[in-house]
Amino acid sequence: MRYDRVVSAALPFAKRTLANGLDVIVHEDHHVPVVAVNIWYHVGSKDERPGSTGFAHLFEHLMFEGSEHHHAGYFQPLQQAGGLVNGSTNTDRTNYWEVVPTSALELALWMESDRMGYLLPAVTSERFETQRDVVLNERRQNYENRPYGMAMMALLAALFPPGHPYHWMTIGDAADLRAMRLEDVHAFFRAYYHPANASLALAGDIDSARAFALAEQYFGDLPAGERPPHVTASASLAREARTMLEDRVEMPRLYMAWHSPAMFDEGDAEMDLVGDLLGSGKTSRLYKTLVYDQRLALDVSAYQNSRELSSFFLLAVTAAPGQSLTDIATVVDSELQRLAEDGPTVAEMERAAAQVESHFLYRLQSVGGFGGKSDQLNAYNVLRGNPAYFAEDLERYRRATPDGVRDTARRVLRFDRRVLLSVVPRGQQALALSGSELVPVA
Amino acid sequence: MRADRSRLPRIGPDPAFAFPEIVRHTLGNGLQVRTVEHTTVPVVTFVLLVDGGAAGDPRGREGLAAITADMVDEGTGGLTAIDVSDALARLGAVYDADVGADATTFMLMTLSRFAARGATLLADLVTRPALTEPDFSRVRQLRLDRLKQMKDLAPAVAERTFLRLMYGDHPYGHLAIGTADAVGATSRDEVEAFHRRTFRPRAATLVVAGAHTHAELLDIADRAFGAWPDEGGETPLPHAPIGNGARPGARIVIVPREGAAQSEMRIGHLAVARNTPSYHALLVMNAVLGGQFVSRVNMKLREEKGYTYGARTGFDWRRGIAPFYLQASVHTAATADAVRDSLAELDAIRGSRPASSEELELAKASLTRGYPRNFETAQQVARSVAQLALYGLPDTYFEEFVPTVHAVTVDEVSRVAQQYIDPARATTLVVGDHAAVSDPLGALGLGLPQVVPP
Repeated sequence: MRYDRVVSAALPFAKRTLANGLDVIVHEDHHVPVVAVNIWYHVGSKDERPGSTGFAHLFEHLMFEGSEHHHAGYFQPLQQAGGLVNGSTNTDRTNYWEVVPTSALELALWMESDRMGYLLPAVTSERFETQRDVVLNERRQNYENRPYGMAMMALLAALFPPGHPYHWMTIGDAADLRAMRLEDVHAFFRAYYHPANASLALAGDIDSARAFALAEQYFGDLPAGERPPHVTASASLAREARTMLEDRVEMPRLYMAWHSPAMFDEGDAEMDLVGDLLGSGKTSRLYKTLVYDQRLALDVSAYQNSRELSSFFLLAVTAAPGQSLTDIATVVDSELQRLAEDGPTVAEMERAAAQVESHFLYRLQSVGGFGGKSDQLNAYNVLRGNPAYFAEDLERYRRATPDGVRDTARRVLRFDRRVLLSVVPRGQQALALSGSELVPVA
Repeated sequence: MRADRSRLPRIGPDPAFAFPEIVRHTLGNGLQVRTVEHTTVPVVTFVLLVDGGAAGDPRGREGLAAITADMVDEGTGGLTAIDVSDALARLGAVYDADVGADATTFMLMTLSRFAARGATLLADLVTRPALTEPDFSRVRQLRLDRLKQMKDLAPAVAERTFLRLMYGDHPYGHLAIGTADAVGATSRDEVEAFHRRTFRPRAATLVVAGAHTHAELLDIADRAFGAWPDEGGETPLPHAPIGNGARPGARIVIVPREGAAQSEMRIGHLAVARNTPSYHALLVMNAVLGGQFVSRVNMKLREEKGYTYGARTGFDWRRGIAPFYLQASVHTAATADAVRDSLAELDAIRGSRPASSEELELAKASLTRGYPRNFETAQQVARSVAQLALYGLPDTYFEEFVPTVHAVTVDEVSRVAQQYIDPARATTLVVGDHAAVSDPLGALGLGLPQVVPP
């Protein structure tokens, strides 16, 4: 890849592993008097089983409700200390973070360590049931009551067979959530929430030596758990599958999905670039053709959804009023064909390089929060075993060549191995691609 | 040393915090420039605040300010819309336009080494947009289609209806995107005229924050924006007065959404303008009531009752009178209970259960101790400084924030709650399944629910 190496972006750190297996990573940045505390547990919905989905995400809620030595909500003391607090769960991992003034660092470490070591005495059936209701509300608000909100569920179900860890949504099945028992919740915690399955990153206005000493003080005496087995699974498509959903929407939307290289595997960065050149900005091929020139569509998105076990590449196009998904599919296919045959242009590669270089630098602006420096260090540590992977990550993109992008696109974006999902307004199944099978979703 | 788990660690003294120096400049054409040195990462952020937003839309042309802002990156000089997108990408730039009620904000972030090119591109876009007919007709159609899609989005339906219920025909009574009728009737010539009278150096402020010296930042700004001609144009008329927004009584309004799994709920009334001397007391009061996770409303509706994924309150600040609102998306079956509990909380903070000193301390601490993290990136800093220009606040505002909040007393919090929160004249809006929620809402004793179309 030709590139204009505009910056020397770097994310320096120091790492130690405590005797109980907890990785501790420290990054100093003294610009603002705050410290980011970030913990990754290597557990996500991939560690659940069919019939008992939604555990990892429900935990994200329970972890804020109290622990043995602080038998009350976690938000109050942290907000009183001026902290910003949040967490998230996906298929692969769960993260929790606080951004606190330097004066409240010990408070954040005390609380994170207490819920890592001593959560269960505080997980009462009353708290469990309330948070289950909150999650069911979250599910209704973010999926059931949102246009196209059930599409991802249908896509995952079609891409991954029942039993594959990516077959279900992280939010969980509503029936599974209702059937969940408190003792199952306790067992899940014991298996996954302990030092040997976690990584702690501290980034901000702190001295490294003090950071390691505090990590030892608060986390050092937590018992080491057993490192859970590494989940493996494989999935493939043998044909083109055509499915459809009815939804409360005005305009039909077409989704196309393919299996693609797992996160950080060969071809993952190339598919990321493919996503940009197909769907990012007005210059992208699909936007320019479908929205700008032919006005068949209202919007276009295309991206590599990088995941630990197996990724998928997802493309979505919303039809303009009166336009057909069939016509849209024809245009998309001809663009995919052109990409697979000719690859990207030099201009496209230059543009992509400029974007990659700048966005790696933008990622260094915040110590905390989702995607901040502490979160990145943990991501690289948990998923690559190497917090220094930032530089190598950037190199993956710098090494990409037009031929490499073309070959990867050709290998991944096959017409005979993909899922096509038409989401159509209620009662208008005729607007779906021909041969689409209606899928039930709950 | 082992952790003492018998009690939570004490919080240390608050670390010192100083907002970076803001230097003011006026270019020859009257453009106000603010520079801030921010050296963490070699990045520069430009924020241009144009004095004129959705409230400047003429009647019958609701959406004009927004479509004008949207046209800004659709071409300039010899560059087509596609060329502009390409130029931004080649600078690795992030570009964004935001249309508020009172002002329109353009933001461009790029690498320091591209600062001058980024500034020039932003100036070309904002001051000399091409505004061609084909681009206009495409952009207008996309906005019309977007308006159609918004009917499916319960929160968007709630926002639009709530503003209309609050302000009626007043210029604040519509979303920036406008209405289908008005956008459909808008012409390219009207966009050009709006741009000419609104986008003027004397009615704009440029904030530049980045890893350069003040002198360098000013020089970059001047080279890019110094030639922007000030072609007169009239000063926008002040908005018609809104009055105190008093309604005779409470009411319930339902926007039907058949079979909806959740009810999108808004409760509120007109309250007070951003420049009120009670601003800090209102922030503290709101933090107790519904401004953060541990506030009363969220603890009641989410943590105690499990009705919702989250509930909060706030003021949708403007230069003129802003509404107070409570918002949540609640389980359909819990709708009436959620409304009753919400109104009870609004009532309680006014008298039966005023903010306690413990609640006050929690609210103040969370507002003040976490304050420095709002100014970590150049973009955060630049956007904050633009807010000073929007509301005519002094450059010392950020430095004074913490002591001013600390000075708020329990009595002041009670006073502002009594003065500005009033469930007896609140409008309750529910976007939800009419068949399921109408009877229970009617039984709350707030009158028969009115039904209005989306």
